[in-house]
Amino acid sequence: MRRQKVLVLYLANSALDAPTVAWSVYDGAGEALRMAGDQDQPPYPTGLAALKDGWRLFQASQLNPHARGEEFDLAYLKYEFWFEQLVEVAS
Amino acid sequence: MTLLTSVEMARFVARGFLRFDAAVPDDINAQFMAEAGAAPDAADGRRVMAVYAQTLAGSAIAEAPPGRPLADTYPADSALGRLLALPRVAGAFRSLLGEAPVFDHHFLHITFPPSYHEAGGGENVSQHTHQDSTIDPRLRFDVQLMYYPHEVTLEMGGTRFVPGTHLRKVSEVAIGRYQNIRGQQHMVCPAGTLLFLHHGLWHGGGVNRSDRTRYMFKIRAHASGSQVRQWDARDLNGGPAHRPIFFRKSLPEPDTVETILMASEPWFEQDTGRLEYVNRVKLWRYVTGDTDYDADYWMTRLENVGA
Repeated sequence: MRRQKVLVLYLANSALDAPTVAWSVYDGAGEALRMAGDQDQPPYPTGLAALKDGWRLFQASQLNPHARGEEFDLAYLKYEFWFEQLVEVAS
Repeated sequence: MTLLTSVEMARFVARGFLRFDAAVPDDINAQFMAEAGAAPDAADGRRVMAVYAQTLAGSAIAEAPPGRPLADTYPADSALGRLLALPRVAGAFRSLLGEAPVFDHHFLHITFPPSYHEAGGGENVSQHTHQDSTIDPRLRFDVQLMYYPHEVTLEMGGTRFVPGTHLRKVSEVAIGRYQNIRGQQHMVCPAGTLLFLHHGLWHGGGVNRSDRTRYMFKIRAHASGSQVRQWDARDLNGGPAHRPIFFRKSLPEPDTVETILMASEPWFEQDTGRLEYVNRVKLWRYVTGDTDYDADYWMTRLENVGA
């Protein structure tokens, strides 16, 4: 059986080789239970480092223009990159 | 009372929190633990939420409706009444919220060790990172006091929070997707430690892997009047002459308002980090009443729109 592992990296700008500022890991293979606050240092220093380690990029956040009057409002992290690995698990 | 200094106030504006270790004496901590009430032991089939409800029901801390003066919320001889009367606590509330702060709500947060989850059939995981209440676009801010009545070790899963996130306008646990953020802090502290938070600061409860139940009491309060210059602002010396920016030959002077407001956090994105500075300047203008204040020319540049 194949299962998906997901890595989400939040980078310091829109370039994939920019530094990691936040991250999440979800393990569909069930090998590890990951949760909020479980790791204080990022698993990869950049998105490119994750690519080099075999993670496959499948989504990146868009760059949207800033709405007039809301140029200085901040909310969610801006540069979000989703990666996956497909792994075989025993059936 | 012990009012905050301008340096402390600038730190609150920039980072969204102030921490005071072991600020509450042991006798008040012991009285609080007795009044809060201990959680019943874990028992097979007893779910954690049932234990929670039983603990709250048996607590000597009374329910309190929102909207009353904070000063009238707790009996003067109760642990919480004595805590609020401490010069450091009274001074911090006065500095941040002005005269006559108003009670919003309180809660006894309990983080159970693994035995409770095993007995109740639940999973022992940390709380998703979130911002309290709901989307809050105000510049005016509420304060949340987190009180740690006993020592908290790393294994006990103290509150996790991310300095500097308080000025982001998000919708509560919509940020739960972010498991880890560079610069996040975990509350590991001695008994009697206090954390004063801006209401917008991102935080979440840690996972308790120890064999001890962890207790934390939170009180939210808001201002009833002005929040302008309510701290000891005697160390605030007029409008600063702009310091050199970018092309600098030495490190900036530490512990000035400008240095504090212009300090980045490890999670800052390279472009929006600059917007964080803009928003810090706006909040500093709000608490000082100085509508012309600027640091490092961020607002001056943006406000130069011609006649």
